[in-house]
Amino acid sequence: MQICIYPIMTYFRGVWCIMEKIIPAKERLTKSSKNRMDGELRGKILVILCAVIMISATISITIFLGTKGLQSFIKNGVSLIEFLTSTHWNPTNQASPEYGALPFIFGSFAVTFLAALIAAPLGIGAAIFMTEIAPSWGRKILQPVVELLVGIPSVVYGFIGLTVLVPFVRAHVGGLGFSLLSGMIVLSVMILPTITSIATDAMGTLPKNLREGSYALGATRWQTIRKVLIPAALPGLLTAVVLGMARAFGEALAVQMVIGNVRNLPSSILDASATLTTIITLNMGHTTYGSVENNTLWSMGLILLVMSFAFILLIRYLSSRRKL
Amino acid sequence: MKSKTADRIATGVFVAIAIIIVSILVGLFSYILVNGFKYISWDFLTTPSSNIRAGGGIRDQLFNSFYILLLTMIIAVPLGVGGGIYMAEYAKPGKLTDTIRSCIEVLASLPSIVIGMFGLLVFVNVTGWGYTILGGALALTVFNLPVIVRVSEDSIRTVPRDLKEASLALGITHWHTIKTVLLPSAFPSILTGIILAAGRVFGEAAALLFTAGLSTPRLDYANWNPFSEQSPLNIFRPAETLAVHIWSVNTQGLIPDVEAVSNGSAAVLVISVLLFNLLARWIGSIITKKITATK
Amino acid sequence: MVTTLLEKEIGEQTIQSTVPLQMEHILNVHDLEIFYGEKRAVNGISMDIEKNAVTALIGPSGCGKSTFLRSINRMNDLIPGARAQGEIMYEDLNILSEQINVVALRKEIGMVFQKPNPFPKSIYGNITHALKFSGIKKKSQLDEIVEESLQKAALWDEVKDRLHKSALSLSGGQQQRLCIARTIAMKPTVMLLDEPSSALDPISNAKVEDLIVELKKDYSIIIVTHNMQQASRISDKTAFFLSGDLVEYDATEKIFTNPSVKKTEEYISGRFG
Repeated sequence: MQICIYPIMTYFRGVWCIMEKIIPAKERLTKSSKNRMDGELRGKILVILCAVIMISATISITIFLGTKGLQSFIKNGVSLIEFLTSTHWNPTNQASPEYGALPFIFGSFAVTFLAALIAAPLGIGAAIFMTEIAPSWGRKILQPVVELLVGIPSVVYGFIGLTVLVPFVRAHVGGLGFSLLSGMIVLSVMILPTITSIATDAMGTLPKNLREGSYALGATRWQTIRKVLIPAALPGLLTAVVLGMARAFGEALAVQMVIGNVRNLPSSILDASATLTTIITLNMGHTTYGSVENNTLWSMGLILLVMSFAFILLIRYLSSRRKL
Repeated sequence: MKSKTADRIATGVFVAIAIIIVSILVGLFSYILVNGFKYISWDFLTTPSSNIRAGGGIRDQLFNSFYILLLTMIIAVPLGVGGGIYMAEYAKPGKLTDTIRSCIEVLASLPSIVIGMFGLLVFVNVTGWGYTILGGALALTVFNLPVIVRVSEDSIRTVPRDLKEASLALGITHWHTIKTVLLPSAFPSILTGIILAAGRVFGEAAALLFTAGLSTPRLDYANWNPFSEQSPLNIFRPAETLAVHIWSVNTQGLIPDVEAVSNGSAAVLVISVLLFNLLARWIGSIITKKITATK
Repeated sequence: MVTTLLEKEIGEQTIQSTVPLQMEHILNVHDLEIFYGEKRAVNGISMDIEKNAVTALIGPSGCGKSTFLRSINRMNDLIPGARAQGEIMYEDLNILSEQINVVALRKEIGMVFQKPNPFPKSIYGNITHALKFSGIKKKSQLDEIVEESLQKAALWDEVKDRLHKSALSLSGGQQQRLCIARTIAMKPTVMLLDEPSSALDPISNAKVEDLIVELKKDYSIIIVTHNMQQASRISDKTAFFLSGDLVEYDATEKIFTNPSVKKTEEYISGRFG
């Protein structure tokens, strides 16, 4: 082993001195030597632990809700076909309980699509307003507005829906007021900020030369937006809408407060209805843990879980298209 | 000039959309505040709620909301920032990182009611705790974690590479560089993100219905022993938060002054969330100023 | 690290004092190849770097000189997909070896970057940042090193009255000298300078150049530069790189007056690059 000279400063008896000191390079510079790598290892383990906790949280949610949600079919013998296709929900009937969740599944999808139908044009329109029509002041006003809308808690949306929207629908449109219509309006306001902000990002990341190229050809702003920008941003815009729908599908309390919660399939938009989330919210506390009815609620929870996976896959598909 | 007209109409439509959105917000806020303000009084904030009589306040609910928020943040912030550090600094591109990213994505997109159900299953039934503050805080941690991870990761990634290289080139370990250079520089934006997330947690109700419950035992605010049944600090007691309270008085309450209580509560809730928003912006800008002050 | 090691040594054995070994070369590079993924950025170069001298690396952008420089203190480890083959021998150890503790290595082989990159801390804090990590905690000791390194970096007189002001309040040239001071404070043996004055105004540039010449008494310096005048003014030896190859490596005077390769002459006279 070769020995070399290494100048070392040390504080010795109150004076600074430089000493010629012999420590072989091998000892100084190889990993085996005692140096401060232990702190590095500790830190790394710490953050890896955090990552592991996230993975295990996700996995345990899937496993717990998966097994619990399947119990009604496996243990209680509820027919999966009946659960998904029958419109008769009557679990409390002692003689012949019925477990058809179709009205709620239908209600969830209906209210989600209807909400998207209103919120998508508004959200995308707002995004275009912020990026194309008035990029400076428009953004300055709308951006905080959107952020504040996100901040309003869902129970507050539900409460306003209950006290303002429901009576309004009852008085001016018809029906009881508690209806698909009310649910869809409340939800569309709730998902509007989600759609707007993601659509704004999608529009904002479009290359500048797209616009310039189109304007240079003499196209008007509307023609540019319609024929060039929207098609180019389409995957991003669809992602925005899908994310909004995912939020609408899983929203519970606000919808529950305005939709009426009846177990029948609605025949019109003014009919009261129910969704998976609202039935879970209402009945989870009132049913005995482990009973068949309770277990079917967990099956509905499983549907929500599966749907949120489906939404993620859809978004993944869209974003892979965006890269092309 | 047909295309010109179309252009003008389209512009009009976009402006109209912007006006609609702004007026929705203005309408919502003025409704909440105008209706709520007249019910907010010192009395309202400091008397306990009532299940049957009129004139109840929101003292316990308000306390519970802040207490659950605090507990959630104590659990979620270290975990989330740690996860963010991992994603920004240690994760190597590959299968494992993709998996973690998918997990974050899944957690972030789970409906809060589903998280509440998971909480009911694990933190209420499996553990045998029943409805507890801790169970609620853990459910909210699941709900909040992905947000904090993303915020931390993004903030750490935006710290200039120069600074990291400077520190490493001086013979400082990666971990120490993270602790003393990257985290301090990323701190303002992490903090802003955390405060915004706190606002979201504060208003969350669905995840708490089946974890922290719909009731609060009679609390004695002079009792500071966290193991006592009546102590507000006890983390193993059920606790109804403000957001849950608004829902429960409206859907299953018996009190005659539902309107008053929920208007007041909604206003308190929205004002709190608004304060969280303003606080986040304010702190963010102050720290940024402090760091670049002498420039 | 320095003091703790010393204390340990004193406790265990008597200090041997020997006559300093006259090492001609501080680094010996053999067949060094560096890849970014599949792309080869440096093609098997070999060169010996002299001790206590300034070695300049010149060549057009993308010629591999910065890549080479960054491999000497393993900064390329930060770039995903970067890997190096061959040897860079430093005191009988191959720097590129898996066994090397890069953290300890970077204390001995310091680096100053193109853009001044002080930490968003005080001037004082910038210098003590790494010292504290190395285990030097005593205030008097820190004060001492701060003054000494700032003086070596020719910055002391300009900043001694505002050591606790933010480093970002300094001018670009001062910031760069602070970055040099902070590297000096670690007592390195080799200093790698990656175009240290290219982002500076001419006056600051001159100050940094003077400083570099001053510093070679204590350190072996390797500097990447785009500025031919700078290379000829301050360096003892010059290496000319072109698309990953070491084209010519010789005494600076020889390179600038009578290069043996035609490409070198063309580059120096500004015909390309």
